[in-house]
Amino acid sequence: MGLANYQTMINDPAFWNALKTTVLYVLYNIPFQTVLGLFLAVAMDRLSKSMFVRGALILPYLLSNVIAAMIWVWMLDPLLGMVNAFLAIFGIPHISFLGTTENALGSVALINIWRHMGLTALLFYAGLQGIPKNVYEAATIDGSSEWTTFWKITLPLLRPVTVFVMVTSIVGSFQIFDTVAVATQGGPVDATRVLVFYIYDNAFRFFKMGYATALSMTLFAILIFFSIVQLRLFRADQSDLS
Amino acid sequence: MQKDIGYSRPVQRFNIGRALAWGLLIVLIFISVFPIYVALKTALSDRREIFAHAADLLPTGFTLYNFERALGIISADQARADGAGAASINMLLALRNSALFVALCVFGQILFSSMAAYAFARLRFPGRNFLFIMILSAMMIPGIVLFIPNFILVKELGWLNTFQGMVAPYILMTPFAVFFLRQFFLSIPLELEEAARLDGASPILIFFKIVLPLSKGPISTLGILTSINLWNEFFWPYLVNSDENLRVLPVALQVFRSQQPSGPPDWTGIMSGTFLSIVPVFLLLLFLGRQVVESLQFSGSK
Repeated sequence: MGLANYQTMINDPAFWNALKTTVLYVLYNIPFQTVLGLFLAVAMDRLSKSMFVRGALILPYLLSNVIAAMIWVWMLDPLLGMVNAFLAIFGIPHISFLGTTENALGSVALINIWRHMGLTALLFYAGLQGIPKNVYEAATIDGSSEWTTFWKITLPLLRPVTVFVMVTSIVGSFQIFDTVAVATQGGPVDATRVLVFYIYDNAFRFFKMGYATALSMTLFAILIFFSIVQLRLFRADQSDLS
Repeated sequence: MQKDIGYSRPVQRFNIGRALAWGLLIVLIFISVFPIYVALKTALSDRREIFAHAADLLPTGFTLYNFERALGIISADQARADGAGAASINMLLALRNSALFVALCVFGQILFSSMAAYAFARLRFPGRNFLFIMILSAMMIPGIVLFIPNFILVKELGWLNTFQGMVAPYILMTPFAVFFLRQFFLSIPLELEEAARLDGASPILIFFKIVLPLSKGPISTLGILTSINLWNEFFWPYLVNSDENLRVLPVALQVFRSQQPSGPPDWTGIMSGTFLSIVPVFLLLLFLGRQVVESLQFSGSK
């Protein structure tokens, strides 16, 4: 019967490992991506509105996950990679970024932070343009510093955009697959076997379609749960402007 | 001097915070662009030199050999004889497949989504609101949940390893496109269509002659977003197609890499293929930069 697959899932240590790996990946990915994106958005808004800056920052997002992963596997190569050559200048010994269980997941997250940083920035930037200029003028007249203005005005007024960006990037992050498929194939020793990769394994390598469907419905439920919690938590529908 | 500019522009004097912010911005721009330069540099290097000079900032033993090989100017047999690697890659074929895949899907998606969107915006028919809500809720369903049923359907149709199997899930419509265009169509003043209807124009004629020409802006935004997403699509084409003549770029590259025999990977070959598939993206950014950036921004403002 239908529920048997869910029964199997609960008793499947590989499922729990995949879930843990995915959550860990999201935790590596989202904070950095969001903070960097927010910084870049404010920098673009306050320092330079040049199209060149925006174009350069968005370039990584225009490459496919496969290409981004391909380039970074080369950059992170333990022996010949640029990154290790750079670290060697500071006397840091060669690091095997994708080849050890401790580093692999973080390195995969790094690749995706690189690819999505500019897009996140662009989305925040669009949100910043929606904040009325007179709010900032008032703050400047009151002698508020750039730093205070950011915390007291920009961030609260940006909340609906922040919620949107967080929800979409967390939902996207939970579905990571391409980068893993290219960079690590789930390894070393399951260290990057994220949920979607495990679903893929079951459906298209072991041909357990029923079980794979149960797993993907579970992922779906998790995503819905996150979206609802976030929308509630951040009171997405209300801006502080109204 | 600066006081004369007026209050609307904050006085820009040097301070440490701004300098730090500039520094960080420049570092992040460098991090965004530098890996792409490394790909180009590697592609232009001689494969025999690369192991001794991997960290050089300029190509070592400058050569176009890798590009010629990726483009098929140097045949796979020749490359094998040169000892450049056993795996073959045909970038031109993959490029053509990708272009066809994107063009067909974007054309289909925009045509059918806009027709559906117009129906939801203007026509009255039983179950309209219910159907629209169904489409809205389909926006919430992540891709991975749909891949398995889609795969089974395509397999049952006997479309595995065919082009129609690859385009099937994308060519008809996406909920996002329908929603996006419906919102725009609703904002077009009704009077324009009323006048045409009084002259006896049918809804189909009104749609093609009046509504579509008015919607160039949103349609090009949608076209750019869809093209970028489809150009980068990997999972589905990888899943349903193992025919090497139908491989799209991301799949061809991944296959090329995984074909490598044991030993050091053929990095100069891989990077030439990688860089060639970046070229169309560069061109897009160069010629349509502003529209690309604005389209992506738009995807964030709902």
